[in-house]
Amino acid sequence: MNYQLNLFSTYIYVCFSRISSLSMWDTEIRGMASAHAIIASSIFMATILPAILLEKFSVYGSHLVWLYSVAGSVAVVNIAVFWLLGISPPTKRHTLSHKVSKLVRSCLYFLLSCLFFHTVVVLYGAPLLESALETFSLAVLLSTMTTLRCLCMLGPNVQAWIRVFSRDGAMSVWDTSLQITTGCSVLGAWLGAFPIPLDWDRPWQVWPISCTLGSTVGFLTGLLVAPVWIHWHRKQLIYKSK
Amino acid sequence: MKRLPVLAFLVWVCALFYVGIFLFVGGFLLVRLEVNRTSTCEDVLLPSSAGSGSDFCHAQPRFRRAVVLIIDALKADFARYDPSNLSPRPYENKLPVLDELVASRPAHGRLFTFQADPPTTTMQRIKGFTTGSLPTFIDVGNNFASSAILEDNLIHQLGQAGKRVVFMGDDTWENLFPKKFHRSLPFPSFNVKDLHTVDNGILQHIYPTMKGDDWDVLIAHFLGVDHCGHRYGPDHPAMADKLTQMNGVIRSVVEHLQNDTLLVVMGDHGMTDTGDHGGESPKETEAALFLYSPSPLFPAPETKADPTVVPQTDLVPTLALLLGVPIPYSSVGQVLLPLFPLPGQAEGQGGGPDRAEALWINVKQVNRFLETYSSMAKDIPPDRLSELQAAFARVSAAYLSALHQGEPASPELIRSMQAYLSSVRDTCRASWARFHPVKMAAGLVLLAGACLLCYVLSELSSAVLAEGGVLRAPLVVGLCVAGCVAVAQLSSQGYVDVHWCLAAAAASSEVLFLWRNCRRSNRSSSSSQKGRVAPPRLLSAALVVLLLRCASLLSDSYVIAEGRAVTFLLCSLGLYVPLRLNWDGLLLPPPAPDSQKPPGALPGLPAWVVRREGAALCLSLCVLVGSLYLSLAMHACREEQGGTCQPSPFLSPLARVQDSRLRNMHYLLSVAALAGWTHLLYRWLRHYGNLNSPGVAVVAARWLLPGAAVLTGLHWAVGSAPEDAFRGLAELIRLAQSALPRAACAVLGLGAALLWLDPLTVFLKHRAPAGPHRAASAPPPPPSYRASIGISPQAELHHLIPQLYQRIRRSLEDGPAEGGAGEDGRPAVEAYGLGTVYSAPLLLFAGLLGLGLLLLHPESMAPAFLLLLLEAAALLHIHAACSTLYSQQGDYSKAFSVPWAPVVLWSLAATQFFHATGHLPTFPSLQWGAAFVGFPDGHTGTLLPATLVTLNTFSAHILFAVACPLLLFWPLVCEVRWNRSGRSGGGEESEDVIMEMRLRENPQQFSSALLQLAVRYLLVSGAQVLASVCAAAVLRRHLMVWQVFAPKLMFEASGFVVGSVCLLLGVTLILRVDMAVSGWFKRLLPDTSR
Repeated sequence: MNYQLNLFSTYIYVCFSRISSLSMWDTEIRGMASAHAIIASSIFMATILPAILLEKFSVYGSHLVWLYSVAGSVAVVNIAVFWLLGISPPTKRHTLSHKVSKLVRSCLYFLLSCLFFHTVVVLYGAPLLESALETFSLAVLLSTMTTLRCLCMLGPNVQAWIRVFSRDGAMSVWDTSLQITTGCSVLGAWLGAFPIPLDWDRPWQVWPISCTLGSTVGFLTGLLVAPVWIHWHRKQLIYKSK
Repeated sequence: MKRLPVLAFLVWVCALFYVGIFLFVGGFLLVRLEVNRTSTCEDVLLPSSAGSGSDFCHAQPRFRRAVVLIIDALKADFARYDPSNLSPRPYENKLPVLDELVASRPAHGRLFTFQADPPTTTMQRIKGFTTGSLPTFIDVGNNFASSAILEDNLIHQLGQAGKRVVFMGDDTWENLFPKKFHRSLPFPSFNVKDLHTVDNGILQHIYPTMKGDDWDVLIAHFLGVDHCGHRYGPDHPAMADKLTQMNGVIRSVVEHLQNDTLLVVMGDHGMTDTGDHGGESPKETEAALFLYSPSPLFPAPETKADPTVVPQTDLVPTLALLLGVPIPYSSVGQVLLPLFPLPGQAEGQGGGPDRAEALWINVKQVNRFLETYSSMAKDIPPDRLSELQAAFARVSAAYLSALHQGEPASPELIRSMQAYLSSVRDTCRASWARFHPVKMAAGLVLLAGACLLCYVLSELSSAVLAEGGVLRAPLVVGLCVAGCVAVAQLSSQGYVDVHWCLAAAAASSEVLFLWRNCRRSNRSSSSSQKGRVAPPRLLSAALVVLLLRCASLLSDSYVIAEGRAVTFLLCSLGLYVPLRLNWDGLLLPPPAPDSQKPPGALPGLPAWVVRREGAALCLSLCVLVGSLYLSLAMHACREEQGGTCQPSPFLSPLARVQDSRLRNMHYLLSVAALAGWTHLLYRWLRHYGNLNSPGVAVVAARWLLPGAAVLTGLHWAVGSAPEDAFRGLAELIRLAQSALPRAACAVLGLGAALLWLDPLTVFLKHRAPAGPHRAASAPPPPPSYRASIGISPQAELHHLIPQLYQRIRRSLEDGPAEGGAGEDGRPAVEAYGLGTVYSAPLLLFAGLLGLGLLLLHPESMAPAFLLLLLEAAALLHIHAACSTLYSQQGDYSKAFSVPWAPVVLWSLAATQFFHATGHLPTFPSLQWGAAFVGFPDGHTGTLLPATLVTLNTFSAHILFAVACPLLLFWPLVCEVRWNRSGRSGGGEESEDVIMEMRLRENPQQFSSALLQLAVRYLLVSGAQVLASVCAAAVLRRHLMVWQVFAPKLMFEASGFVVGSVCLLLGVTLILRVDMAVSGWFKRLLPDTSR
């Protein structure tokens, strides 16, 4: 009897929290959609601006310039957006030394993630020595699209990262969007490797252009899909409190 | 367990696949009808000479005698001379004599590029330039068994005309033209390592023969250049020596020539940059042709219109008319016009037809052949045929009217005759690429049905096996239908087409089985869901990867880059596994004991076990990815990949490596890899206590495996010694080269035979409380088992196994010397190696087999085999860790069912190591050297070398297929890893740790899981065959079909056949072990009840 009562009260509680959070959800989703729109537009700007400012700029020809411009703009906009929105892990201490150590650790993690992606890409069959710069640039781009967002949202905490990427590890809509964009970027880069062996002789088949394009397109798709998907599934998504 | 039904199901499924492949290949590979008619002298009567009455054959021919020097693999580049090239490569500028002759006497000699038709293998080429017809793809298979040419050919015509043909050189000719030569001096051709025997034999006899007068046509076929290419490649000093020798030969033959003699120097095909041939790249098809005579040969000076490239078939009519014999019946060649005098000039040239006459004879002969052929076979399209006949009518009318008016044939007429000949040739070439679409479609449908059947069988394996006798009805119906079809064919057509009988049998049995199971599953799904096994995990990703792999077979770019593509897919699926596990929340231990979950619903693993399994998974993944990456360094290159691809330095045999330090390094690396292979297997067996028994299987593991490894190492040492290093020991080295590999093979064969004889590696040790008895023969005190007398043997068995096993576990930890046996009154008996009783013999067998296959490879491939072992181990451990981790979710491991992902990984690994052992799905890349391991002097038969080359080619498929059942055992083998340290729980928990004895406890589930695993493996490989069959069927008019898709289909299909046979072998070994285990327990039980 007691048990049933308990169950019933839990049910009531869940219903109430659903109802109360639905409106909150909408605002949250809207905020996320606008943040994603800003990030996506920054990618377009990073492609258009150099084309206007620089001579002889093209996505294929001067690929690395394009790549770093995209990576830089995504990084800056990401950090700015998440700073402004204040979606970062709650910190217990607010001392300066703590912040500095966090910053240093974040930078270190970012570098390590670049190296990790580089290694993985090489193990997938990228040339080891020749065009190492291009491979590393791809790794930097991938890290910007995946690791940097993790750093912004979760802080330099690998355990939290691993936790986020499990089925019921997401604790907010932002976590879900992180899952989607990261998955899409990596999947895009993976799919980008497919056209390389084909004998079409297109300029975008040159290493690593197809992969960077693939990951960028994947990232954009993720940015677009995440709010839509979350909105669509908002009834099924239940987030555990931290 | 049900042994026979499992095997019967597998054999039946394999047979269905075979029938499908057989049917498709029968419709896809082209066959050309051979016309067994011969030309006679009457055929070539010219209309003008009909009046004058002179016979063509009895007229004075242009040349009375001819010397044909065939230098095998004389590439067009070899014959060119470029005086401005000051630093020639070993194969350049080595035949200056040709250039000198052309420059000094342009009317007497000319150099052409000789365009060979693919396939560019020697026997096909000899057929081509003696019969003048075009080869078809199926001819490639005949390379080992040269059989006599039955079609009309030049040698036959020369014999008919009374010319004395003397032959010396490559003994292939002797097989192709038995008893056709006036005199013949054949020399053995098969030994590719032998550069000099054939050439020196020819040189001994050619000059005396030429000085003598008992010959009219002399054919000498030199093999040194070709063998040099195979052994060292063109870019090697040995090639320079060989070509310089050939230069001298040509020079002195020219000096011996008389005025009425024609000299032909030609290559039958070219070679690639690695010295191979067989394909259709320009490097392989472009050979050299040099024509020379002391009397003027070319009536007119060279003009721009004269051809510089001569198709190989054109030599036949040209030689025939120059020597005054009829053109062979089925030749489709065209006479080489610059050799014939212009119309009206003929009188000054001493006999023989002029250009118009020669062309006319040629046109008439080709037209006659076309008529005969089109009446026999219907494969030339009728509209094309009528066009050609109309063209012939026009040409002949024009020629005859010109002849009647007594004026020489106009250049237009000559051109139209040439155009007619070329279009006939093109038509033949196109229509001999002819398919049988109905057979192809039937084969495709059968293969697809077999795949579907595999899927159904894998899902319903337990239900199907439980019922029993399911297979009988399909088999009976299949046989009946086949009989009916045969009878119907016999009554309607008068003959039996095996293809359709087999197809009907396979299709009917397939359909019947599927129908019955469809009904059954409907019934069972309505009654209960019990027949369904655990929901398939990792299915989606594994399926996507398999689909990608199949789709990649439809594109020529991906087939060309297959090695890397497969590695990419394998890497992706491997990396996906931990991501997926993490997504399911199973990779890391749950953060804290969750109070919300109702206790007991999930079995749950201790946190440290999860952590340990996760670490094992990640470590195995690192090994997998690392070995994948390293194996990329072992790949060979296709010609299509061009300059971007560098073939692996590990591919060449050590004897070809010139730098001695590099050679020593390679040798040490290979020996280290060999030692690693042996040591790892030995360690594993020892670790699981499989080396204690006095049985013969242990002898194989203890002595024969290392012994064979030592013999292999010695063989490599002998084989890699440079040729001239130890002159005094030449005889000994020769002996060792044949004796060592044979001895190694014998040792391995003995080991395998012993393993089949007695596969048990279990050592039962009775221990008296007083002290350990080392030997099993010592009279043991009666063992005290806990099993009481009152209960049935079956129940006793159940009690017995855990206790036996508990002993083993303890002995694993404490070492065989110590064990606190009697203190708590527990049974004092130990069975070493009982936990791995199934996997140990299989692993040992695969290890022995692997050593044998390694013996057939170049020495430097040993690291690839070590990588193969490491990767297989990594895959097995990943699978084991996954199934342990997934067991958190439910009773996943109870059913022993192996999910799709490991099977797909396993099958992809087989393809990946096909490439990583230096093989490619192309015919020129076959490693013919494998046929000479243990037979340095070549073979007499064809079966043995063909078997050796097949074993060499499909070694990766063989090893992975044989070892496939290990996927079933490994999670059980790895069970000990986490329960061993957790035994503080006491007797309760020890019931869990019985490793492979679980299988014996659940014989039903064991047999169904084994069937399921084998059928899944067959399905994964069969799907790839189906994909390449689809590629060949859909893209049969593709540009690359004969270069890429058809060879890929042949390799994929043969790989499937070899792999499935080996899978059956592996499964049979497991069943054999099961029988032995049953016997063992039977022997044990009476003991205990005493």
